[in-house]
Amino acid sequence: MSEKAAQVRIALRNCGVIDPENISDYIATDGYEALAKALFSMTPDEVIETVKKSGLRGRGGAGFPTGIKWETARKSQSDVKYVLCNADEGDPGAFMDRSLLEGDPHCILEAMALCGYAIGAQEGIIYVRAEYPLAVKHLQLAIRQAEALGLLGDNILGGDFSFHLSLYFGAGAFVCGEETSLMNSVQGGRGEPRIKPPFPAVSGLWNAPTNINNVETYANIPQIIRNGWEWFRQFGTEKSPGTKVFALAGRVNNVGLVEVPMGTPLRTIIEDIGGGIQGGRRCKAVQTGGPSGGCIPAEHLDTPIDYESLAGLGSMMGSGGMIVMDEGDCMVGIAKFYLTFTAEESCGKCTPCRIGNRRLLEMLTRITEGEGRMKDLDELDILGNIIKDTALCGLGMSSPNPAISTLRFFRDEYEAHVRDKRCPAGTCKKLVGYKILEDKCMGCTVCARNCPVSCISGARKKVHVIDQKRCVKCGVCHSKCPFDAIARG
Amino acid sequence: MVNITINHLETSVPEGTTILEAAREIGVHIPTLCHLDLPDIKMVNRVGTCRVCMVEVEGKWNLTPACSTAVTPGMVIHTDTLRAIRARRTVVELLLSNHPRECLTCERNGTCELQSLAAELGIREIKFKGPRIHTEKDTTSYSIVRNAEKCVLCRRCETMCNEVQTVGVYSAVHRGFDCLIGTAFDLPMLETSCTCCGQCVSVCPTAALTETDDSAEVWEAIANPDLYVVAQTAPAVRVTLGEEFGLPVGTQVTGKMTAALRKMGFDKVLDTDFAADLTIMEEASEFIHRMKHGGRLPILTSCCPAWVKFIEHQFPDLLDIPSTCKSPHEMFGAIAKTYLARKLGVDPAKMVVVSIMPCLAKKFEARREELSGHEVGSNVDYVLSTRELARMIREAGIHFNALPEEDFDGVMGESSGASAIFGTTGGVIEAVVRTAACWLDPENPNPQIDFQQLRGIEGIREACVEFAGQKFCVAIAHGLGNARKLLTDIQEGKAQYDAIEIMACPSGCVGGGGQPYHGNNMEVLTQRACAVYNEDKGKSVRRSHENKEVLALYKEFLGEPYGEKAHELLHTRYQKRDQI
Repeated sequence: MSEKAAQVRIALRNCGVIDPENISDYIATDGYEALAKALFSMTPDEVIETVKKSGLRGRGGAGFPTGIKWETARKSQSDVKYVLCNADEGDPGAFMDRSLLEGDPHCILEAMALCGYAIGAQEGIIYVRAEYPLAVKHLQLAIRQAEALGLLGDNILGGDFSFHLSLYFGAGAFVCGEETSLMNSVQGGRGEPRIKPPFPAVSGLWNAPTNINNVETYANIPQIIRNGWEWFRQFGTEKSPGTKVFALAGRVNNVGLVEVPMGTPLRTIIEDIGGGIQGGRRCKAVQTGGPSGGCIPAEHLDTPIDYESLAGLGSMMGSGGMIVMDEGDCMVGIAKFYLTFTAEESCGKCTPCRIGNRRLLEMLTRITEGEGRMKDLDELDILGNIIKDTALCGLGMSSPNPAISTLRFFRDEYEAHVRDKRCPAGTCKKLVGYKILEDKCMGCTVCARNCPVSCISGARKKVHVIDQKRCVKCGVCHSKCPFDAIARG
Repeated sequence: MVNITINHLETSVPEGTTILEAAREIGVHIPTLCHLDLPDIKMVNRVGTCRVCMVEVEGKWNLTPACSTAVTPGMVIHTDTLRAIRARRTVVELLLSNHPRECLTCERNGTCELQSLAAELGIREIKFKGPRIHTEKDTTSYSIVRNAEKCVLCRRCETMCNEVQTVGVYSAVHRGFDCLIGTAFDLPMLETSCTCCGQCVSVCPTAALTETDDSAEVWEAIANPDLYVVAQTAPAVRVTLGEEFGLPVGTQVTGKMTAALRKMGFDKVLDTDFAADLTIMEEASEFIHRMKHGGRLPILTSCCPAWVKFIEHQFPDLLDIPSTCKSPHEMFGAIAKTYLARKLGVDPAKMVVVSIMPCLAKKFEARREELSGHEVGSNVDYVLSTRELARMIREAGIHFNALPEEDFDGVMGESSGASAIFGTTGGVIEAVVRTAACWLDPENPNPQIDFQQLRGIEGIREACVEFAGQKFCVAIAHGLGNARKLLTDIQEGKAQYDAIEIMACPSGCVGGGGQPYHGNNMEVLTQRACAVYNEDKGKSVRRSHENKEVLALYKEFLGEPYGEKAHELLHTRYQKRDQI
């Protein structure tokens, strides 16, 4: 299958195609048609019914059915309601939402107005990262243009419905991607989660009923309304209709954003779209779902991607991060890397996330430094699962996933670190040493000249020696030696 | 009603009930740590941060916090499964792994909720070996010591300070493992708007927040033969001190307390109640003076130093309405170092006045510049809380419960029933009214003594009292959140009162920040207040202006109430403070 054939662009349909700074471009591709259709030929209940029947699920994390969210917000009695857009994309290496906001801002505006009409809200706020200046610029421009044309603001398209949109800038805290933390942040409070229930649809921003979806979820809405739920359901699977955008990264040849129908096997994305692993090496695992996701081993590459199958493998859809790893990646190191991120980004409100994640990280650190005990492996699993079981918000409930899933699928690698004090991938510095093989060394001096700490000595055409005390184990000599004379072990 | 099942027991509870409340109803115990509901003072700390009360709810993939989850119809709950118990233990172990674990030398040894929880769960080993958080102790405040290393982030102090007291000193700062409860801009406590009420200390489950300990300095003074050390004890201390020695709540231990102070070596054991009567003489005079000379009304009582600091920070434009009267223990100090010293032939510079108070804010008050100044130095040299006194009594090896009942020493030891009720909300204003009623209506042969309409536990109370053919509108607030409401109404001209009493602590001084820990049971405060009113009832003199020693003081030394000498010694001024 070709790179293109596997992809279906619904959310990203306009990205890179239209001029995002020009509302006419969006209108020319049937933009705001869905809003007009809803306002003048559909009741709010019909809009919600269409979203419900489409089967669209949240693209930001847990995959909650969007229509049910909207319905709950509609049923919540209140004079004031809010529509929030979660554009606090925080997963390292993920930029799906950024591309959408930069490349097709009106699509989000239209979707939020549709949502406002459906749930009975007149005010919307986009919570966007301040670190996305182009997205901010395009959104501000888009709001002004839409207001000028009567597509936002009072009496939209001359009708009774009014909807005002504004931006709120996030300051880069990962936890503010969690919906209740995000709302606290908008209210000027500390970015930390609230107890749920009550859910935002019942009591959200300023305690008013609030619908909050992420950018990609909204990006699907105008087309579902315009083309009908049946059209949307032709893509994807029964339980997970539609498409999903992934930020494909790591050891594949083609990296970047891909949009595929739900149910597409991982292998299709990696091999057909991603063009396989760099340097012809073997795929070892795929990490999905961002820092809170899990690592799926290569033997499960034929798993069709949907919410349930990813969760079944101890990972998650998340917002769509997808990092491909090969034999050169140490799975313990990967788990440690992600946990370093989540432990730092934890807000610190609840005990398991605040202290538990730190203790998990310390265990992983000990293992990667050759100080782990076999008992630690069981304790890692037990503590990880208790953190998931007891944490207050989605961050803590998923932060142990990288550790738990790698331990589940790559236990032998963990055991090698603990029992043999060996890192099979050769990336855990404390467990790696470099040695020059006397029979292979030609005395070419390449290693000595490239060593950043000048710890290799030897005369030209004589066997060289590494001063182990000063070696920082960077591996440069190993990669530069033209005669494979440097052994790692 | 909602039908649910807890540990196979079916029960039915009103909608909105939490799992924890429902379990308690049927005698199922779920351990908690951060959770704290004090409905009497509208404090609800259901932040769900500690994750100790986790239970299993059928159909949910993860565990559920019992304290902050409302029951839903048909909910099936298990509190005692291996999964729940193991999770709870692990959470407590995690907390302990980041805790100094120096219980033997800890201020809260024996009263710490984390310690009891660890004991209750039978924690014997802490599997997690990582490093602890390290922070500096904040000892800048004269009243409160903050030790973030012992903090479990239950957020009770934050809820108390921000929502109940509306002072807003505390907030969580930093992220992840480094998260702690801090002040704005990491300011030292002394530089914040903290009123020193100490209610955060009252609800802190560990020793993260404690009172500053002044007992060592007091022992030094007592042991110094050159110094003449005078003790005075506040009205609300005698009804609570017994709790520290296992006596039932509400036991009045005035006699034993006096005996204990003498045994400890104080040269004179006197009564702040005497000075409370003196306060009424001044405050009632000031009230009548303001009334007759078109002065600013309402008059606000000024006995509570936390409340005074609150108005200085939060309502600087209203600083002309509090009475200028010093608080009773400060009046006591001023009189002790002049009148008493002269009578005893003691050099005032060698006299040390130690106030034993239910209060932590009095520690700050004693350091106020405007309350020292004249020739005698500070009015009050040291302030000890009820808890500190109890510790000192134990330290001295005194068997408190076996002590005989003894009386206060003379000259400044007599008191009326009106001064006794200073210890509870509404008491000061009732004492003022008792005296004002007599003074404004001298012909009345039988003036009213008990003003029931001024008593009670509601946070804000309004009442009208009538005497001398006049109606007086009185308002009473306890708790600073309630005070804020009242003051905002006055500021906006919505409320018209003649006199207002405000106490910073719930129920007034019986709920003071330096009192024995109430164990999160507000009923304790009501029982203490009862004891205060019983003491009043049992007194032969129940009006301040009938206190013979007070009358002698005016005759021999002060002259007229609200006169020149009284102004010099018994009145003070207020200053605008920043709001941080």
